[in-house]
Amino acid sequence: MTNEPLLSVQGLSVSFNTEQGRLRVVDDVSFGLGSGETLGLVGESGCGKSVTAQTIMRLLASPPSFVEGGRILFEGRDLVLLAENHMQKVRGDRIGMVFQEPMTSLNPTQRIGRQIAESLSLHRGLNYSKAQPLVIDALRKVGIGNPERRLDQYPHELSGGLRQRVMIAMAIVCGPKMLIADEPTTALDVTIQAQIMELLQSLQKDLGLSILLITHDLGIVAEMCRNMIVMYAGRIVESGPAAKIFRRPKHPYTDGLIRSSPRRTEKGTRLFSIPGLVPSPGRRGRGCSFAERCPCVMEKCRAEVPVLASDTRHAFACWNPLP
Amino acid sequence: MSTLIETRNLSKYYASRDGKTVVRAVNGVNLDLGKGHTLGVVGESGCGKSTLARLMLGLIEPTSGEVLFNGEDLLKLDRAALRQRRREIQIVFQDPYASLDPRMNVSAIISEPLEIHGVGTRAERKVKMLDLLDLVGLDRNSAAKYPHEFSGGQRQRIGIARAIALEPKLIVLDEPVSALDVSIQSQILNLLLDLKKRLNLSYIFISHDLSVVEHVSDAVAVMYLGGIVEYGEALRVLNSPLHPYTQALVSAIPKMDAEKKKQRIVLPGDPPNPEDVPLGCPFHPRCQHAMAVCREAYPALHLAEGRKVACHLY
Repeated sequence: MTNEPLLSVQGLSVSFNTEQGRLRVVDDVSFGLGSGETLGLVGESGCGKSVTAQTIMRLLASPPSFVEGGRILFEGRDLVLLAENHMQKVRGDRIGMVFQEPMTSLNPTQRIGRQIAESLSLHRGLNYSKAQPLVIDALRKVGIGNPERRLDQYPHELSGGLRQRVMIAMAIVCGPKMLIADEPTTALDVTIQAQIMELLQSLQKDLGLSILLITHDLGIVAEMCRNMIVMYAGRIVESGPAAKIFRRPKHPYTDGLIRSSPRRTEKGTRLFSIPGLVPSPGRRGRGCSFAERCPCVMEKCRAEVPVLASDTRHAFACWNPLP
Repeated sequence: MSTLIETRNLSKYYASRDGKTVVRAVNGVNLDLGKGHTLGVVGESGCGKSTLARLMLGLIEPTSGEVLFNGEDLLKLDRAALRQRRREIQIVFQDPYASLDPRMNVSAIISEPLEIHGVGTRAERKVKMLDLLDLVGLDRNSAAKYPHEFSGGQRQRIGIARAIALEPKLIVLDEPVSALDVSIQSQILNLLLDLKKRLNLSYIFISHDLSVVEHVSDAVAVMYLGGIVEYGEALRVLNSPLHPYTQALVSAIPKMDAEKKKQRIVLPGDPPNPEDVPLGCPFHPRCQHAMAVCREAYPALHLAEGRKVACHLY
């Protein structure tokens, strides 16, 4: 990691106004993403990983969502405070985004060439004929053969893997510094997932992209990311070098996630499982949100929120960490 | 080991959308499953694994071939006998959100199969329903609640309770944990392993997740474009795969153990279109070992190194 991270999220808290009142879904989240780095953000449904990403991109409507505190520094500016017209210049131009489900994120009624050209028209003021060579170039970069012919196709004419490549082409066509990929391979078959992972790795190398990779799949993090962040119930519970965390996790939640994998268990025997369910926002208590499910819980855990050590490379928020 | 279910040359063909070609969804499949065993069926979208499951349940009629359950051909049974057999074969679906009727409470969902098959009196069915809740680890006061009040993992428990209500011998599990979070996945897999032992069940476990399949299965069948390309003991097939497709699948799974990281075999091209199956070996356009013979002759499944494989290399 370089000294000056490209993206620095500091103390970010996000809440939603709901029928049950204001609920905090991202709570005091801080992390940095260096130039050319891939950072993995892992956690289960409802842990706040996607809300974090969408808040960085300012994609959430407000209301009902509110940034209650914190800063999102990107290229020296705080994205939280940026006026919407300035934010539009960042979104899609400086930061690209790839979503999980390519079929629902693409416009089914528009040819893919025009969809990819849209951000060139928005950010560079190029009309379609001027944008076309850049679109073809982007399609080539994402490994789509015969790009001239593809321009006039509709999303439904493409396979899932090709659609995801089109999404990536849209995200990189303006030459962003950073890519947010939210579960980019979850909807794809294993062999296609391997193709897309390979593509993201080569794009990162060739274009010097920084990637924030959001996933629930620990295997993908292990293969793609040098550093990782584990979120649970809206908070970061552990962060640091991925290899170190996989070898010796400190937080009992991270440990539980890694140990529930069938790969780490003798065939046919009971798998390790974390008892209970993730508490819903609003039922997260005063202390550590994981306390109710934790095998190492102590009195203090229920009373006080553990702080994430901020000075070390491998940080964990736990009063009773594993050795 | 005595055989519980067996398919013989089982095929299911459909007409393609334009009516010009034939889609071979399942093509000449021979499988057998012993009592108390688990057979894993793996493959990617469109490989025919779900069609195969529906054939084995007797939900759809095959174009040709047989499904033998306890030695009887399911297709030759009269309606009453088929109804009886259906009690013995149940299914659990992937998506616990889509497969439970949102307007029925849990008690009604679990009791429905008992009512349909006229099992016991009303009072006996209620006792049975509560026992089933205990068995799958749900609270007894869940009975009056509706599916939307539960998490994904709990809904899958409801689906499992319903599937075991009629004391089946065989359960087809169609991607039973794919929609669940990692920590919930292991809870459900443990439940399935426990129930299998307690109720002496046999499973057909359909999944795209090879690590899950390896953990629960005695034998594994790998499908590609409607046919079986490799079939044998689970550890043997998944730890030392022979078919280039199985090898690619196994190598493509992201692994947590960085030390064991191997070179990923990245297959070129898209998953094949079942409406347009290439001549010869269906896998040859994506295969890095393809030879002249692969473009011409369909490789038959044959014995090699202790398992069956459909590949001209062996």
